[in-house]
Amino acid sequence: MGEMPTPLAIPLRGIAANPVGFAKAVPGSASTVLEVRGFEVRLGEHGVAIVTDVSFDVAAGEVLGLVGESGSGKTTIALGLLGHSRRGLAIAAGEVRLNGVDLLSIPARQLRNLRGARVAYVPQDPSAALNPALRIGIQLREALSSHQIEARAIEARLADILGEARLEANVLRRYPHQLSGGQQQRVALAMAFSCRPSLIVLDEPTTGLDVTTQRHVLDSVRSLCCLYDVAAVYVSHDLAVVDGLATTVAVMYAGQLIELGPTAEVFSRPGHPYTRSLLDAVPSPERAHVLQGIPGQPPPPGRRPQGCSFSTRCPWVIERCRMEAPTTQSVGNQQVRCHRASELRGSMERKMLVPTVRPVTSKASLLSVEALDAFYGDSQVLFGVDLTVDTDRCLAVVGESGSGKTTLARCIAGLHSNWKGKLRFDGQELARSARQRPSVALRRIQYIFQNPYTSLNPRHTVEQIVSQQLRQFFEIKAHERAERTRAALESVSLNERYLDLFPDELSGGERQRVAIARALVVEPEMLICDEVTSALDVSVQAVIIEMLRSLQQERHLTMIFITHNLALVRSIGQDIIVLRDGRVVDRGPSEAVLDHSDEAYTRQLMADVPRVEL
Amino acid sequence: MVVVTGRLTAKRPHPIAQLLWRRAALGVATLLVVATIVFLATEVLPGNAAYAILGHTASRARVIALEHQLHLNRGIFDQYWIWLTGLLSGRLGDSLANGMPVWGQVEPRLVNSAFLVLVSGAIGTVLGVGLGALAALRKDSFFDHASSVVFLGVAALPTFVVAIALIILLSTLVFHLLPAVSMISPGTYAWSQPRLMVLPVTTLVLIIVPYMQRMTRAAMVEALESDYVEMARLKGLSERRVVLVHALPNAVGPTIQVIGLVFLYLAGGIVVVETVFDFPGIGQGLVNAVADRDLPVIQIIVLILAAFYVVINILTDVIALLATPRRRIAR
Repeated sequence: MGEMPTPLAIPLRGIAANPVGFAKAVPGSASTVLEVRGFEVRLGEHGVAIVTDVSFDVAAGEVLGLVGESGSGKTTIALGLLGHSRRGLAIAAGEVRLNGVDLLSIPARQLRNLRGARVAYVPQDPSAALNPALRIGIQLREALSSHQIEARAIEARLADILGEARLEANVLRRYPHQLSGGQQQRVALAMAFSCRPSLIVLDEPTTGLDVTTQRHVLDSVRSLCCLYDVAAVYVSHDLAVVDGLATTVAVMYAGQLIELGPTAEVFSRPGHPYTRSLLDAVPSPERAHVLQGIPGQPPPPGRRPQGCSFSTRCPWVIERCRMEAPTTQSVGNQQVRCHRASELRGSMERKMLVPTVRPVTSKASLLSVEALDAFYGDSQVLFGVDLTVDTDRCLAVVGESGSGKTTLARCIAGLHSNWKGKLRFDGQELARSARQRPSVALRRIQYIFQNPYTSLNPRHTVEQIVSQQLRQFFEIKAHERAERTRAALESVSLNERYLDLFPDELSGGERQRVAIARALVVEPEMLICDEVTSALDVSVQAVIIEMLRSLQQERHLTMIFITHNLALVRSIGQDIIVLRDGRVVDRGPSEAVLDHSDEAYTRQLMADVPRVEL
Repeated sequence: MVVVTGRLTAKRPHPIAQLLWRRAALGVATLLVVATIVFLATEVLPGNAAYAILGHTASRARVIALEHQLHLNRGIFDQYWIWLTGLLSGRLGDSLANGMPVWGQVEPRLVNSAFLVLVSGAIGTVLGVGLGALAALRKDSFFDHASSVVFLGVAALPTFVVAIALIILLSTLVFHLLPAVSMISPGTYAWSQPRLMVLPVTTLVLIIVPYMQRMTRAAMVEALESDYVEMARLKGLSERRVVLVHALPNAVGPTIQVIGLVFLYLAGGIVVVETVFDFPGIGQGLVNAVADRDLPVIQIIVLILAAFYVVINILTDVIALLATPRRRIAR
């Protein structure tokens, strides 16, 4: 345990706006709230290690960002900080000391009294973590009443906490399903802060929220952490989110902490190749660059290599990395688990490639939408939307959740049929619903769904999923079908091994690639991508975006790319329209709109995008 | 009534009021269809009711006289109309077997059967839900696995096998603790002779408990493994509160559906059980009436069973809706 990091005391970034929070976190005066030492989680008591040798400290008023791809063990650690492990897992070793008390060795009853009161948890998906059968008021009050807070004090505390989380008092009488995603997450925040804990663990609380809501939730997190001077651990796969919030960042890979240090330093001079790779995958709202995905996948528990677990994907790998597992070493203020840390730190800058965009050859429009009004039952969700998509171009459709962007895409694809107006595709008018459209029109417009976990039939193999499309649209022989299926999978870098796999044997990124292959195999002219990366890790998102861009260029595809993240538009969109409450509020070539729009709303959306500031 | 609905529709009909209205209307329609089918089915049965009553040795004249009395000489639509109007005005007619008013014959049987169904259903629900919840709380324990094996075994047995096995075990070959038949004395109701109720009730309980136990366990396991239960634990709530306040209400919806299904099953199950134990309920009444070609009795019993199905279905839907705010309250 000799190489354990010392408690890091760094002035707060991001929180610095609040003088109170700042004052309490100046170097030297910070008191350590959480000390984690040699934390280890296994599959069962003596099974395969999921998380090993994790040690870090968090001081009062400090926010530690815990970053990594899915499967890296972030959530396992987050839950471990409350002395909890999911079914099948067991905390096998280590200490989690909260104000000096080791949560892993105290009796269950004492642990229960600390949970919620001294250490609180904010879940990833509040729509699942709030009880659907209980009103919000009950769920908030019980958090207080179960920790010996007197009935008289509860109501006053409730009023305080609702105000702090910027919630209206009437949410108390509501059920979770009656609230928006942002409100639900605020309720979860209010619940976590209600007992004034000294440590708060936030497990990807903004995943699934659009950038604007995310920013508001992050603002709430920031101000609450300041106000109560709590120590916070913020788990995320998105470095950009962590950057604006965390004083310290801890990067996880394959169940180990591979880098730990002050956020500013880690992000400007990363010491571990993995950290560098993660940073390169983050899209920037300011300038277009080719996103660098991380090829391959992290090794799953039980199949981690003997040497460095990142050695299989590392561009800077040397022979020693494969043979010998690195230990943590201090480089400057950073703790890095890499043999080459001192040599590589700050010198891994890769040249950011600017994407080459083929010059516009034709200005013919492939799709035109005129005065589109769309409805769900009685309520109108789109109001007189006009747009054209030029052949060979990628139109990005941007807006918050509820702005109608998915409805627009569904109308164009014929999946939503309750609309008025005109849709013209290649000069021909499109029928209201896909059922009424001729087969050839269906083939020419293909749709890729947001969530690859639900858009692939779990009982079909990859081959069946892709070749079924061919059966639908082409009368071709079996061997040609097999050939085209293989070719389509190859174009998304999936080899023959994948043909016989089922979706649940694939990672999220692989599933989305199968979905893309399914769309491409019928040689469409237009591809509609509906938030195709929002369910994926940033590193996987980079791979998918680059893949889509090169496919679009090679195959002369016309694309509609729907997203709430303006940074992605910079990387893939050529034209942009901004939707707000069902109306187009801004449009134009993407560079022009992103850089100097006159529309205040667009500028606001730009400001909301989390970014890595270097 | 009109005023109330007028006011409700003026805003937006309450989902429960809406459901009740729709289901009640559908239920009435269902009963009419059932009544028609029952009438037609008993009508097309081969043979002649008059012959069946009088026996094959009856003289032609007597048969014709009886046919006249029963309106059997009229056209089928006339007969249907006479029967339906009689039904709606409460004139259920007389039994063909003994000439006594139908209702007087059916009513004590109905009471006995209702008592049997209620007692078995209540005991079965308490045991089934309790054991199911217990198995879910101790998932993968010895109790969970053992109860799974035992209940799956029992669930595989047909009702009459269970009944006969109980008779062999408790009243004839092995022990002689209980009477093998449950002939309630005429003029008294079933609850006055509880000893006679034990075997029929036990049979029905054994039949329904495995089913309820499995379904409750599944619903409860799902609730206990949900994110909101994990969240409740991480909030530091007591285990008691986690189970009773957070998990249970979410398991109620699916469980209610199962309880409803079980009561529906019981309505059919009593036919077998009452026959095996000679218990004077409507199940046995139905079997006897079919043997006697006692058309009015068959018709009324089938209608009562159909009405029971309709009512139970509406009830389970309403309770399940009450237990599921997500479905009850719009966004």
